Amino acid sequence: MNGEQGKNKAAAPGQRDNQVGLKPAQIMGRGPGHGIGQPVEKAKNFKGSLRRLVGFLRPYRISIFVVFGLAVLSTAFSVAGPKILGLTITLLFNNVQAVANHTPGAVMEYGRVASILLILLALYLLSAAFSYATQLVMATVSQKTVYSFRKAIDGKLERLPLSFFDTRSHGDVLSRVTNDVDTIANTLQQSLVQIITSIVTLIGSVAMMFSISWKLSLVAIATLPLYALATTWVTKRSQGYFKAQQKYIGLLSGHVEEMYSGHPVVKAFGYEGKSVRRFNGINDQLYDVAWKAQFVSSIIMPFMTFINNLGYVLIAAIGGIMAAHKTITLGDIQAFIQYARQFTQPIIQTANMANILQSTVAAAERVFEILDEAEESPENVPPAKIVQTFLSSPGPVTFDSISFSYTKDRPLIQNLSLSVPAGQTVAIVGPTGAGKTTLVNLLMRYYEIDQGSIDVNGVDIRDLPRGLLRRSFGMVLQDTWLFGGTIRENIAYGREGATEAEIVAAATAAQAHHFIRVLPQGYDTILNEEASNLSQGQRQLLTIARAFLADPRILILDEATSSVDTRTEVIVRQAMEKLMEGRTSFVIAHRLSTIRDAHTILVMNGGAIVEQGNHQELLAARGFYADLYRSQFLGIDYPATA
Amino acid sequence: MLKLFAYLRPYALTIIGALLLTFTSAITDLSLPALMSTIVDQGVARGNIPLIWRIGALMLAISLVGVFASVAGVFLASRSSMKFGRDLRSQVFKRVSSFSLREIDTFGTASLITRTTNDVTQVQQIVFIMQRMMVRAPLMAIGGIVMALTTEPKLSWILLAVIPLMALVILLLALRGIPLFREVQKKLDSLNRVFRENLAGIRVIRAFDRTAYETQRFDRANGDLTAITLRVNIIMASLFPFVMLMMNLTTIVIVWFGGLGMATGAIKVGSLMAFIQYTTQIMFSVVMLSVLFVMVPRASVSAARINEVLTVDPEIKDPPRGEKNLSGTGVVEFRHVNFSYGGSSEPVLRDISFTAKPGTITAIIGGTGAGKSTLINLIARFYDPSSGSVLVDGVDVRSMTQEDLRSRLALTTQRPILFSGTVADNLRFGHDDIPEEDLLQAATVAQALDFIQERPGGLGSTIDQGGLNLSGGQKQRLAIARALVKKPSVYLFDDSFSALDFKTDIKLRSALKKVTADATVIIVAQRVSTVRDADQILVLDEGQLAGVGRHGDLLRTCEVYREIVASQMSEEEAV
Repeated sequence: MNGEQGKNKAAAPGQRDNQVGLKPAQIMGRGPGHGIGQPVEKAKNFKGSLRRLVGFLRPYRISIFVVFGLAVLSTAFSVAGPKILGLTITLLFNNVQAVANHTPGAVMEYGRVASILLILLALYLLSAAFSYATQLVMATVSQKTVYSFRKAIDGKLERLPLSFFDTRSHGDVLSRVTNDVDTIANTLQQSLVQIITSIVTLIGSVAMMFSISWKLSLVAIATLPLYALATTWVTKRSQGYFKAQQKYIGLLSGHVEEMYSGHPVVKAFGYEGKSVRRFNGINDQLYDVAWKAQFVSSIIMPFMTFINNLGYVLIAAIGGIMAAHKTITLGDIQAFIQYARQFTQPIIQTANMANILQSTVAAAERVFEILDEAEESPENVPPAKIVQTFLSSPGPVTFDSISFSYTKDRPLIQNLSLSVPAGQTVAIVGPTGAGKTTLVNLLMRYYEIDQGSIDVNGVDIRDLPRGLLRRSFGMVLQDTWLFGGTIRENIAYGREGATEAEIVAAATAAQAHHFIRVLPQGYDTILNEEASNLSQGQRQLLTIARAFLADPRILILDEATSSVDTRTEVIVRQAMEKLMEGRTSFVIAHRLSTIRDAHTILVMNGGAIVEQGNHQELLAARGFYADLYRSQFLGIDYPATA
Repeated sequence: MLKLFAYLRPYALTIIGALLLTFTSAITDLSLPALMSTIVDQGVARGNIPLIWRIGALMLAISLVGVFASVAGVFLASRSSMKFGRDLRSQVFKRVSSFSLREIDTFGTASLITRTTNDVTQVQQIVFIMQRMMVRAPLMAIGGIVMALTTEPKLSWILLAVIPLMALVILLLALRGIPLFREVQKKLDSLNRVFRENLAGIRVIRAFDRTAYETQRFDRANGDLTAITLRVNIIMASLFPFVMLMMNLTTIVIVWFGGLGMATGAIKVGSLMAFIQYTTQIMFSVVMLSVLFVMVPRASVSAARINEVLTVDPEIKDPPRGEKNLSGTGVVEFRHVNFSYGGSSEPVLRDISFTAKPGTITAIIGGTGAGKSTLINLIARFYDPSSGSVLVDGVDVRSMTQEDLRSRLALTTQRPILFSGTVADNLRFGHDDIPEEDLLQAATVAQALDFIQERPGGLGSTIDQGGLNLSGGQKQRLAIARALVKKPSVYLFDDSFSALDFKTDIKLRSALKKVTADATVIIVAQRVSTVRDADQILVLDEGQLAGVGRHGDLLRTCEVYREIVASQMSEEEAV
């Protein structure tokens, strides 16, 4: 769903179950969206990943320890509340009864009531303060943790080989740094403290209930199996519906995406009717499971309320009888009812906690997967003398019988030898998809060769730090990469610490200065995300300017200028030619003049180098190149017509 | 949002039912504390055990009614809200399907997708919640207040003090929080952007050895996001403790003043307990209501976005009575056509006139932005010209039905578009009655037969969404084959040969020539080698016809054409 959904996860109807368990803390809807009975993604190695996740919290262990302590105290204080309140009510009731019965010396003991209520007030205030403190600390801890998570991922990406980026879907990697990290943050922020408070509330309430009356406690506990029964019944059913719902949402989104982005073809072929019918088909199926998912997951609450009411009535009735027999005080019943009322919530939460933990650990696991990817081989730090040799040379390149393949079973380059003296040009030609970028990958050490060696400036490229090697290359590819920033920043990318004068000089050399100057904001023009405020040709000129600024000794160029209009194309070509002057160049060539003047032509097809030589030699060989030359550049093979 | 509620009309009865049931269940919930108070004041205080049992049984019966009402209410609400969502989605999809390219351009494909899926889900969800909470929360609040007042009128001033205070604080927090949430979203977007750029530009970043710089950039975005999220979370951290504290303090206040009242016998213990329970219920309802206040505006943004789609009238409509003229052979004619995209005064096409006849090839060449694709789109009536007219078989395309017009055309787009399904599905594309031989024949001409047969399953092999499991050249060939299968009288090829390697390109075009011999063929091209043998070449330059003619003529007469040729070939080869 193209980025915008990019977030790409279509929100399921009823995914965030807004009726169940809306806690004040989730008012803004940032709570982990796991209602009861939704399918949970299971972690592959729960224990190991959990331990590792906990490891990330190590720096904050003191804070967390304090938070846990505060949470326990805060909960304990609030659990004590009803019991103390019950005391007050009992006291008042007894006073009233005594006064009514004219018992001698009977008065309303407001002094005692006031002091009990003051204690209660203090407890509640402390409880609130502690609870606030835990929230504050956890907010800090969770944000710091996810900050370091994201930093770790970004740092890891720096050390990963290019093959990682070429084979992984970018959307997937992105989702790990955003969605998965976000899941972890939410759990740390909300669920961790919630585990503590739920458990303490549960234990505390049960303990209080038993301290009041074990008989009534048994009544309350007798309702527990009913809760379990209701929850499992609902979960079992709703999971299936939610899964089906997810499936149909996927189908529906897929269809919508295809039909909308293929709109012209849909219209041109008169497919609208069929498309709408298909949509309605999926839509009906979606409805059929969606309402069931919504229904089943929503009835858990009425069920819970009913079971709770059942307990409430039993307690009120049995408690009432006990009170009538003076075996329990009225205040105690009031307190007991409050405990019985509040012990459902922690049960639901604790049951939910397992799911939340599962999905959090699964999210963490996905992050760890990236952190565990194999890294590039470590950098060599060469002796100063080698660096000296490398830097002082004008840029000859030698391939010494190299072999390379992306996958073992498909050898691409075998035993290629080639020597390019400084300042000369190698043209790489071949049809689209012939693997012309493979050579670029090897030269830049994006991929490592399997056998042989590549020497640049007389030094084996594997003996150099990658950064040093790459800085000696300039690269202008067809796929112009510009980032969201000003034009100035994008050109300055070529070299760190470039001055304004140097930037303008580079832009002038690349013939970009003119068009930049006439933009309303000039060099300060901010490129939007797709840099769609510049034409393709203008973007290419900017990357050429960047290469000028970098002033490399060796150049890698892609001449392709498709989707550049004819006029700009002339300018781009002139800029490229100027850039190539005096530099050793590897050119993915599309122009005849470049190819004919090249020192060596490498002809590629099907990923492999099939021929090598200069223009005359290759024409004489009457092979693949000769065919290519005749048809692509002379148009001769096109059958004569008319 | 109100406009969309029109779609609820068919389910009015269901919704009324759901609301009544919700109402019922709220009433049952409200009556329980009052009965409880009766048990305490009349049963316990006087030792009247039979009364305790009787009221207890009544309470049980009432909560049984409550649970039934709830479940039935949820049932009706789920069905009506999901039906509403289904209908709305279907309407939006149908509407978008009727859009011309102009409307699609205005909204943007990605935005239309979100409107059809996520936005509808949002609105559908709020409709469900409204049927449940929106009635329940105010009902519980008002009912709670009424019950509280009737049980203990003397304590009612407490409610008057506490409830507005609580609502006020929640409101203030929300007002401070919501703008910050937007800020968080922005920072998250910029973090995503930096990260995406890092993924996409990894080659360039490493080529210029700027990894350290990128790390800094990411770190800044990461730090910004962390800081703003922390700020929001700290504000929101006070919400939950505050609400709890308010409830607890209110209870204390009630007990104190209730206790004072007991001395005079004006207040009974049972009703005090009931009063506490009602107060708690009221306060929970207030919290819920404030949640709704946050959710409704959000959903109404979605509703407005949906409404925008539904209220747009497609610019291109069928004439009331389309002329039937099925006998045509496919003559395409432009008469003084001008065209500019909506809102832009700069015309894309200016005074274009030409005729393309059956049995000939018309090629269009020119730089990007010259208006080549626009011209093709006008023939297919994806847009209407601003002035002038486009005729097919002598009839203005605006007086034909779109179906009639497009049944005569086959189009391949610049970027080949394929759909998930089998190869055969894609080739037939809606015309299920086409026999397999025709598919194979078209595939042969399009030079696609070899690779189709190499795939396991051949014609029955599946294509992933967006044709991801095919190369660019394969996609183009299938798109061409799909056009051929249709056997139309007019072929429109919009730069459809660019991803083909030269040998395939040549074979394809010579095979194509034979099957399209009787048809009108219009080709948009970049390469001179593609157009040089056309019967007529239209040279477009900034929206104007700079020249019309054959290759040889244009080389002599047309400066723009010479420039294009020169940029692609050296002089001596061009002649």
